[in-house]
Amino acid sequence: MTTVLPEQGTDAEAQEFQRAFDTAVAADERIEPRDWMPDDYRATLVRQIAQHAHSEIIGMQPEANWITRAPSLRRKAILLAKVQDEAGHGLYLYSAAETLGVNREELLEKLHSGRQKYSSIFNYPTLTWADVGAIGWLVDGAAITNQVPLCRCSYGPYARAMVRVCKEESFHQRQGYELLLELSRGTEAQHAMAQDAVDRWWWPSLMMFGPPDDESAHSAQSMAWKIKRHSNDELRQRFVDICVPQAEALGLTLPDPDLRWDTESGHWEYGAIDWSEFKAVLRGHGPCNEQRLSQRRAAHESGAWVRAAASAYARKRQPTGARNATGPSPAAEQHVTAGSEGGRPDTDEGPRSREADPR
Amino acid sequence: MTDSTAALLARPELALADDALVLSHRLGEWAGHAPVLEEEVALANIALDLLGQARALYGELGDEDELAYLREERQFRNCQLTEQPNGDFATTIVRQLFFSRWQELLYGQLTDRPLAVKAVKEVAYHRDHAEHWTLRLGDGTPESHERAQRAVDDLWRYTGELFQPLEGLTVEGHPVDWDTLRVSWDGYVADVLDRATLRVPESPRQSGWRAGAGRQGLHTESFGRMLAEMQHLHRSHPGARW
Repeated sequence: MTTVLPEQGTDAEAQEFQRAFDTAVAADERIEPRDWMPDDYRATLVRQIAQHAHSEIIGMQPEANWITRAPSLRRKAILLAKVQDEAGHGLYLYSAAETLGVNREELLEKLHSGRQKYSSIFNYPTLTWADVGAIGWLVDGAAITNQVPLCRCSYGPYARAMVRVCKEESFHQRQGYELLLELSRGTEAQHAMAQDAVDRWWWPSLMMFGPPDDESAHSAQSMAWKIKRHSNDELRQRFVDICVPQAEALGLTLPDPDLRWDTESGHWEYGAIDWSEFKAVLRGHGPCNEQRLSQRRAAHESGAWVRAAASAYARKRQPTGARNATGPSPAAEQHVTAGSEGGRPDTDEGPRSREADPR
Repeated sequence: MTDSTAALLARPELALADDALVLSHRLGEWAGHAPVLEEEVALANIALDLLGQARALYGELGDEDELAYLREERQFRNCQLTEQPNGDFATTIVRQLFFSRWQELLYGQLTDRPLAVKAVKEVAYHRDHAEHWTLRLGDGTPESHERAQRAVDDLWRYTGELFQPLEGLTVEGHPVDWDTLRVSWDGYVADVLDRATLRVPESPRQSGWRAGAGRQGLHTESFGRMLAEMQHLHRSHPGARW
């Protein structure tokens, strides 16, 4: 977990580290926590992985909203398992971020204070049961399209976390699709519920890939570092091409009158995305931004006494020497979250809203 | 539900299934609200285990969704402990400690049932989780101690019902040994509370209703509201498949 940094040496030494890093990236080798890496690479990864983790945590809310109302026990079990998986993904991802020398508490603090973002998609409300299916099919589908290439990302811990995350996400996506299929083939009211959900989630899902390539400030650098493998627009196109035939199989339509097959390019051409809506949601003016953040803060704040109890209990069981050395407060939150080392000063430079949506 | 409803409602398996369903539902309400991420995982995990137990037991009796979604409050036979609102984390943990230890002891006796053999492993984990948190909260900070003690005091009146024999519940043809179950439960709970620096209450172990009230379909007020939320969507679309 500790990061071995080079001594503050000569320029020649620094150049040598940089060269070794560049060579490793060029050769598609994995960068590991103890390896030297450029500060900007570290900062970019911390931001991206943290925001990815935050998205998993905030993303529990719109779906958890339906756990107590799930219409069958089978669906209830599937939904509970899914929300549990998301908490698990959050844990993997915070662990991956911690290998870069930050700790979970400081990342959570940044989420709670609005200095780090989460995927804009979770600022939309889940108004009916069909939304649970639409999230599975479209939102998880878009997430998978984004994340599968991350399994080959140059930073080892992130890439490995993504392998596990993607397996589970694919399973969720299938279940979401199947939920919609059942509704679409069900009663008239169920079919209408499914169509309405797809109508509301389609465009926000396309926005999950982030701004168009010519407005994506950090894409080029991320691609050079092999953190990103494909551009936002490439991934978005791939997603549309996958979804159109799936919508047809579902017996549902996509809310885009301009959608048409282009024989020349071999792709589905789609209509214009309302980027002003995307920007508004990112700025905090989506339908649920305040609600999501305040629920997250409330959970954290009302759990403070529980975390304090766990720390106090653990301290009473530590040998006396260790107790004195650790002192009361820094250990307080770290006990519960198990072994994070806050060795390195903060490398994050705050949100850069032009970046691709993290999830 | 048909003529056989009365017979069905008398089946002890239904009471066990209702316990598991109702407590699972309560734990599901925690999703997104837990004090740490690890507890999001743990509480959902326990909720899922209990839901699985409920489904297996309902499956022995009839259609699981019909049983869960189309019975009314007076037809549910869960004990009142399981329907108590989540309250704070201490209330949830103490409720779980009381219930999981009871389930562990009961399922430990039901050795002739395949479900119980599987479930006893799950509930041992639930009990272990609740036990560790009871120790941390009881012997943590003054605030956590006070909250844990309050939870113990508040929930104590619902524990008597756990030991009212469930008519017809047998192990290889013999009735369950409820006395041994109660003695073991009492000893365990006294030990854990003691280690957690908490007091065993001296207050009555039964609510104002007669003992076994939940088992007779007499519930506490929050239960109807819980069912309304749980059943609303299913009931709004009669005959639909999900």
